[in-house]
Amino acid sequence: MIEARGLSKKYQDTLVVEDVSLQIPKGGLTSIIGPNGAGKSTLLSMISRLTPMSVGTVEIDGFDVTRTSGPELARRLSILRQHNESSLRLTVRDLVAFGRFPHSGGRLTTEDQKHIDEAIQYLELEEYQQRHLDELSGGQRQRAYVAMVMCQDTEYVLLDEPLNNIDMRHAVGMMQLLRRAADEKGKTVVVVLHDINFASCYSDHIIAMRRGQLAYQGMPEQIIRNEVLTDLYDIPTSVHELNGQRICTYFR
Amino acid sequence: MGLNLRAKLLLSLTTVLAVLSIVGFMTLNVQSDWGFIVQHRGSRLLGMLLVAITMGLATVVFQTITHNRILTPSLMGFDVLYVLVHSLALLVWGVGQNTGWPVELRFIVEVAVMVSIALVIFRLLFTDSVRGLHVLILLGMVTGLLFRELAELAQRIFDPSEFSIQQGSGIANFNRINVQLLWVGLIGVGLCSALLFRFRHQLDVLILGRDVAINLGIPYTKTITLLMLAICVLVSISTALVGPMLFFGLLVANLAYWITGSHQHRWTLPASVLAGIVCLVGGQLVFEHLLNSGLPLAMIIELCGGVLFIVLLLRGVKQ
Repeated sequence: MIEARGLSKKYQDTLVVEDVSLQIPKGGLTSIIGPNGAGKSTLLSMISRLTPMSVGTVEIDGFDVTRTSGPELARRLSILRQHNESSLRLTVRDLVAFGRFPHSGGRLTTEDQKHIDEAIQYLELEEYQQRHLDELSGGQRQRAYVAMVMCQDTEYVLLDEPLNNIDMRHAVGMMQLLRRAADEKGKTVVVVLHDINFASCYSDHIIAMRRGQLAYQGMPEQIIRNEVLTDLYDIPTSVHELNGQRICTYFR
Repeated sequence: MGLNLRAKLLLSLTTVLAVLSIVGFMTLNVQSDWGFIVQHRGSRLLGMLLVAITMGLATVVFQTITHNRILTPSLMGFDVLYVLVHSLALLVWGVGQNTGWPVELRFIVEVAVMVSIALVIFRLLFTDSVRGLHVLILLGMVTGLLFRELAELAQRIFDPSEFSIQQGSGIANFNRINVQLLWVGLIGVGLCSALLFRFRHQLDVLILGRDVAINLGIPYTKTITLLMLAICVLVSISTALVGPMLFFGLLVANLAYWITGSHQHRWTLPASVLAGIVCLVGGQLVFEHLLNSGLPLAMIIELCGGVLFIVLLLRGVKQ
């Protein structure tokens, strides 16, 4: 379980995240939604110790993220942010292999090679595995980084806007893959999403943020509702039930 | 994960050239007795080897932790910062040798002061926020220029004959190596090289950027601080031995990337050292014994490095 208590982040005089306390249960897929500037990414990077918090604590299965040793935490939790180095002369396979670093410290065993093959297969990157990162399209590169995180084989997988820059087909593929990671491998997946319909169709749990604060949280059918979404995004929305999925339209 | 055939060939060729340079430098045109040669040429050779190691390692590691292939410790003015500290130390201790402190001890104290200042500057410039490379280069050039001018000012205050490091126009000189510091330099270089080579896998991860490095479990701030410390010590040793060199590090680091075509530090670190040996020892051999030229080698190396710097900058602008 991920447990945040009284989490705040202050840059100079602006509070980006204000007193957020929440629990993310083990297992399943949790989405974090909310308008721009709501503090979603900052919250995620504080949970994953990429950004130091101004106030508050985060515990992952009882391990305080600011006090647990780097490698220890890296075997339990992985985080992928939006912007990653793209100009590296590194093959996809080399990148994915870095996912084994917390486990083997740079010296790859045959066990590690198995994990690397598996992650490459999982993300359908077999034909690109010897290509360099700077020769790939944005979507392929994104998948290569996700493969690295999968290869890290952690209980908790945190992703900041994994659907950025990828087309419909790959976005669906990515969400199905994360769903499978949660269902088949029992991982706890936490994603920041902008598209609320993806959040609606794939999540077990949704956290909604607004102006740095926790606005709502609950199951998709509790959050994907007109009164909640209209209040959250400040535009009129209409939620429809289509083939058992709750779809929100807000385009005109 | 290994090297490809081209890289293997190039690396072997560089190794052979480095060994030939060393052997040639020690044996060519020997006219007097061997005892003198070993002492005279041996100490110069050792000095040049130390400079090759320090500049190669310091530059490659610095470029890895700052994620660029243009900025170097020398361009940031770390070497002239040492010169500045050294000249201020002369002011505190008084000029001359009879201060009661051995040269080695004074050197160590100076390095400690220089490292602390450099760490503070590094913290200020390379904070958690990501800055554009061009802003960094600009900032680096400004700090470098500042230290250079301050060191020159200090030089003017003191008697220039006592200013043992800054020679001539402030360019490195391989004919007047500061032999008093060879042993302490050797120990320092040995310790720092061992440390950096132990960190080779962590360095590989650091190329991926801060966020990915932390994700993979690197204690980021601690690691970067330790690496910066080693870089500062290496740069100080090199500067104390021969004087500041602006572009040599840039030249050998980029040669190493070109030779290995790899991101792995277990290859790039040794390759940068070998390239440095070929440039320094090989260059000295050619100039001194084959061409009988009085041209200072450091000038030629700086010229090549300077041209490379401009090429890299232009290529960076194009991208």
